[in-house]
Amino acid sequence: MIESRLPDFMTALPEIWLAGAAMLLLLIGVFRGNGGTRMVSWLAVVAIAVAFVMVAVSPAEREVTFAGMFVSDSFAKFAKELVLIGSAATIIMSLGYIRREGMERFEFPILILTATVGMMLMVSANDLIALYLGLELQSLSLYVLAAFKRDSLRSTEAGLKYFVLGALSSGMLLYGCSLIYGFTGTTNFDSLTTLFQGDAQAGIGLVFGIVFLIAGLAFKISAVPFHMWTPDVYEGATTPITAFFAAAPKVAAMSLFVRVLISPLVGVAAQWQQVIVAIAIASMLLGAFAAIRQTNIKRLMAYSSIGHMGFALVGLAAGTTDGAQSVMTYLAIYMVMNLGTFAAILAMKVKGEMVENVSDLSGLARTQPMLAFVLAVFMFSLAGIPPLAGFFAKFYVFKAAIDAGLFTLAIVGVLASVVGAFYYIRIIKVMYFDEPGDAFDLPVAGELRLVMTVTGLFTLLFVVFPTPILAWAQGAAAALIP
Amino acid sequence: MIVQAIAFYLFAAIIIASAVMVIAARNPVHSVLFLILAFFNAAGLFVLVGAEFLAMIMVIVYVGAVAVLFLFVVMMLDINFVELRQGFLNYLPVGALIGLILMIELIFVLTAGTVTPVVPAATGAPIPAIGQVTNTEALGAVLYTRYIYLFQASGMILFVAMIGAIVLTLRSRDGVRRQDAGKQTGRTRAESVEVRKVAPGGGV
Repeated sequence: MIESRLPDFMTALPEIWLAGAAMLLLLIGVFRGNGGTRMVSWLAVVAIAVAFVMVAVSPAEREVTFAGMFVSDSFAKFAKELVLIGSAATIIMSLGYIRREGMERFEFPILILTATVGMMLMVSANDLIALYLGLELQSLSLYVLAAFKRDSLRSTEAGLKYFVLGALSSGMLLYGCSLIYGFTGTTNFDSLTTLFQGDAQAGIGLVFGIVFLIAGLAFKISAVPFHMWTPDVYEGATTPITAFFAAAPKVAAMSLFVRVLISPLVGVAAQWQQVIVAIAIASMLLGAFAAIRQTNIKRLMAYSSIGHMGFALVGLAAGTTDGAQSVMTYLAIYMVMNLGTFAAILAMKVKGEMVENVSDLSGLARTQPMLAFVLAVFMFSLAGIPPLAGFFAKFYVFKAAIDAGLFTLAIVGVLASVVGAFYYIRIIKVMYFDEPGDAFDLPVAGELRLVMTVTGLFTLLFVVFPTPILAWAQGAAAALIP
Repeated sequence: MIVQAIAFYLFAAIIIASAVMVIAARNPVHSVLFLILAFFNAAGLFVLVGAEFLAMIMVIVYVGAVAVLFLFVVMMLDINFVELRQGFLNYLPVGALIGLILMIELIFVLTAGTVTPVVPAATGAPIPAIGQVTNTEALGAVLYTRYIYLFQASGMILFVAMIGAIVLTLRSRDGVRRQDAGKQTGRTRAESVEVRKVAPGGGV
């Protein structure tokens, strides 16, 4: 009965490498003490870069290992590459911040590494149990990161709030998984795909299971009505962590969402499509209207990310490979824009103190024209103004929705993005037309300038070279339906 | 068969009764002891359905670790449980309503659902039939082979939990006396023993 074959470890090599690197760096950190944080951070970036190369050179064909629980295909490759870029950028951006704020502890980059491993397991999951374990590994690291500044009341509150609500959502997800297992007899995605082929009839129990699963996943991407934690956690957590929350985990959770719904559950699309349409509309509207009254820029970005997840769900609601491709394109562009915006927010520092109100930006165009220009580019892009990258992201999801005949959804989406444009452009108005307040400290740290330059160039130049990203996303989406 | 049925109803009745007592007991220490009783009887139920490994795990993990931990928490923290329970009657209707809705949902699901029998045939059961091997053997055969990935992923989660607990709670405080093995073994007889002449009846 004992299987004598060893599983194929090479398929999961990037994950194994990164997990091993996290443990090794922990040892180095313990021996060097907190003085070695900077070295551990840079080594973590190197480890992520090596993992990125491993993912990039891994074969694009679908490979399944560990008794069908782990899958590597071009979809997983695409999502993993995005996640690794997001994590590396976060570690680089946080270097100066954690030293300045007196939270320089070597566990910080290590927890980001373990969260990254969790996200990679998530996007490679080919089984409901593997999905859950990846999600928990990622979430647990994020709970700790949210509360990382343990002497700050707001940070610990954010961590606790995230933890309690996250545990609740994990419970719902598990309940959904158990119902799906109970009514189908399998947790494996491939078996589920076979089962739902043809005109499969989903029983009522199975529908319950799928809805609970969607509820659990919707919490992780903070879609309405599971968004309550987002503004408080984004505001309470320290800014580099907020940047991390808004970038890589969102990409991973959304990719997981796409994989689960498009790959095994596409046969019962009629059952989940209306749920996705409903949460997409609710997220887009809430993201647009609730952000108008925000004065804190981190809270504003929280509502902005709720809205953006709503737009990404529009592509998912289409339930087609084109839809999946548009979601993946959206995620790539969304992540780059967010990293850039948060790099700009991290540069908001007056006399050594971090400030995070929109009004603190007033007159920035006169005191720091370059920073104001970069932030304006990101704001226009987040609002979806052509010819910036954000416009194309929205264009492809709406096109996928219209091709799938979801006209109401597309119309609501366009209206919501008009409303959303108001608060993005208000920031630009504050920067360019208000009287200057206290000037921000100069010079902006080199690592922040690096992140802002790269992401800014991507946002500006996407219109000229869209093909690589689009082809990449297309290959990823095509891998979902074999 | 009749012995089994009697044993089942006995275990089940004791579980329900002790579960009620966990909530109803005035003294929190009694609550924890009733919880342990409930765990023991649940283990008995597992033995009845032939899951002896699970039964032993239940006793070792839940009774041996979790319940004892609860007991420590209850005895070490000064929590006024009577005060905590004061709002109980106010929340009872809402709680009962939620319980009722959940029960209706469960009945709804159980009666209306259909279990698809094709898949187990397609995937194949990972372990031999229960009659052929013991639970422990069957689990051991698949845990480190077929489910090695899940096992290791769980290990990573516990690893993160450990890092998290240390990051969030460990503080280096001043004035803490630590053991220094080098200092201990480096002591000589000359610096730690002193011989004094004591006059009879005089004391030191």
